[in-house]
Amino acid sequence: MIARWLSASLFFLALLAAWHFAVAAKFWSPLLLPSPESVFDYLRSAVEDGTLWEATLVTLRRLLIGYSIGILVGLPLGLLTASSRWSQDTIGVLALGLQTLPSVCWVPLALLWFGQTESAMLFVVVMGTLWSLILATDNGVRTIPPIYTRAARSMGSTGLHTWTHVVLPASLPFLLSGMKQGWAFAWRSLMAAEIFVTILTGFGLGHLLHYGRELNAMDQVIGVMLVIVVIGLAVDKTLFAPMERFLHRRWGTGRQ
Amino acid sequence: MAESNHATADTGSSKLVLEHISKSFKTSSLNVQALDDVTLRIAEGEFVCLVGPSGCGKSTLLNIVAGLDRPDRGLVEADGQTITAPGPHRLMMFQEAALFPWLTVLGNVLFGLKLSNGLTAAERQEKAEYFLELVGLKRFMHSNVHELSGGMKQRVALARALAPNPSVLLMDEPFGALDALTREQLYGDIQRIWSQHRKTIVFVTHNVREAVCLGDRVILFSPNPGRIREEFAIPLPRPRDINSVDLARYATEITRVLKGYVQTEVAG
Repeated sequence: MIARWLSASLFFLALLAAWHFAVAAKFWSPLLLPSPESVFDYLRSAVEDGTLWEATLVTLRRLLIGYSIGILVGLPLGLLTASSRWSQDTIGVLALGLQTLPSVCWVPLALLWFGQTESAMLFVVVMGTLWSLILATDNGVRTIPPIYTRAARSMGSTGLHTWTHVVLPASLPFLLSGMKQGWAFAWRSLMAAEIFVTILTGFGLGHLLHYGRELNAMDQVIGVMLVIVVIGLAVDKTLFAPMERFLHRRWGTGRQ
Repeated sequence: MAESNHATADTGSSKLVLEHISKSFKTSSLNVQALDDVTLRIAEGEFVCLVGPSGCGKSTLLNIVAGLDRPDRGLVEADGQTITAPGPHRLMMFQEAALFPWLTVLGNVLFGLKLSNGLTAAERQEKAEYFLELVGLKRFMHSNVHELSGGMKQRVALARALAPNPSVLLMDEPFGALDALTREQLYGDIQRIWSQHRKTIVFVTHNVREAVCLGDRVILFSPNPGRIREEFAIPLPRPRDINSVDLARYATEITRVLKGYVQTEVAG
């Protein structure tokens, strides 16, 4: 365990050192590639004056609300899609089609429908999450070995009980990977929306990134990018990874 | 030796009554007549083995008795009641263990118990542990399914099927995927449990020795269309050893008859 930590830390330190020396060697203008030190200076000052916290909170709030709506709507719709051929041909095809649409394409529509409001942001996040979640749920339910439902039926399980006690738990590994993918899509769409659209109700990380570019403040641009990466990693490690470990242990899949 | 025995039990005392059952399946290219006019009576507490080559409809018949499938024509009754849906009195055990990987061993045995009414949580727990003990796996009750061997999985499946106290146990080639040694252990287990609990058991297999080892009666099916061809009563004393000479004599005789059908089918 310690050896793993140590080798990982060494890797990231080496990366940092490479960055430092690349800047010191002046291959690129410091305007285009700021040193790690100046990025950390920016981050420290942004933390101290509160802008970073505020922006992170605004972004995370949008993300959580939008993602939750996406799951609450997407999960039942995915189950519905898997339950009949008709819904497969209709909702399934719709989800498949809209999932191929890059979520940034929803931004103009959201602006026209909702104006420069919080709703527009949420709309884009939901559209980014929903379709992939429907497809993952549908796929998960379809991949369940039919023997599970037959065994359950032979023991007297019917209707709703079969769905909640057999179909849903049996498709958990697929649901989790769908939720993970949905989370990634939610992040992407929210960042796209925040970079493209200025709204007055909240100044998120995407806006910080956008104004970094407007002001030619590369230390800000890279600093905010780092924050986004770190949040993404933290969510994966604290939320999804424990669930995945549990599933692997139960199902006996994956390594270890 | 193996006497052909067309026993005609009267309907009143039969646990299961199947009359003139027909069932066909449509595949993309042809219409398969899985069962053609099958009539069979099974007495309370009887151990009946259905034997035949694959495609003779024996699994289909089992599904019909379980209530998982409906026949196209004919009548299926359990205790004088027409079977229309699966019920807690007839539980099924499948070829693959069909255990739920998201539950522990104990959780799997509890699954059926929770569906049968009128038990408190403590009673369910007690029953589940009793049946896990019966199949010798109580100390694995908190294990995950994937940690068990194939034979242990089938033992858990047996405990899961027995726990809700069904009067009929339907077994669809339950030992087909196991190695010979594990199978022999399970023959012993199943005979012991059957003699203690006196379930009516309908057991589907394509292994003639297995059928002779377990069954009071062995019923021979032939395919295309699936029909009952012959019945053999097996009056050997229990517990039976699958390697015994007496048992081998019955098995040889039945195998000879079975081969006759298969060859006629091929030739015809």
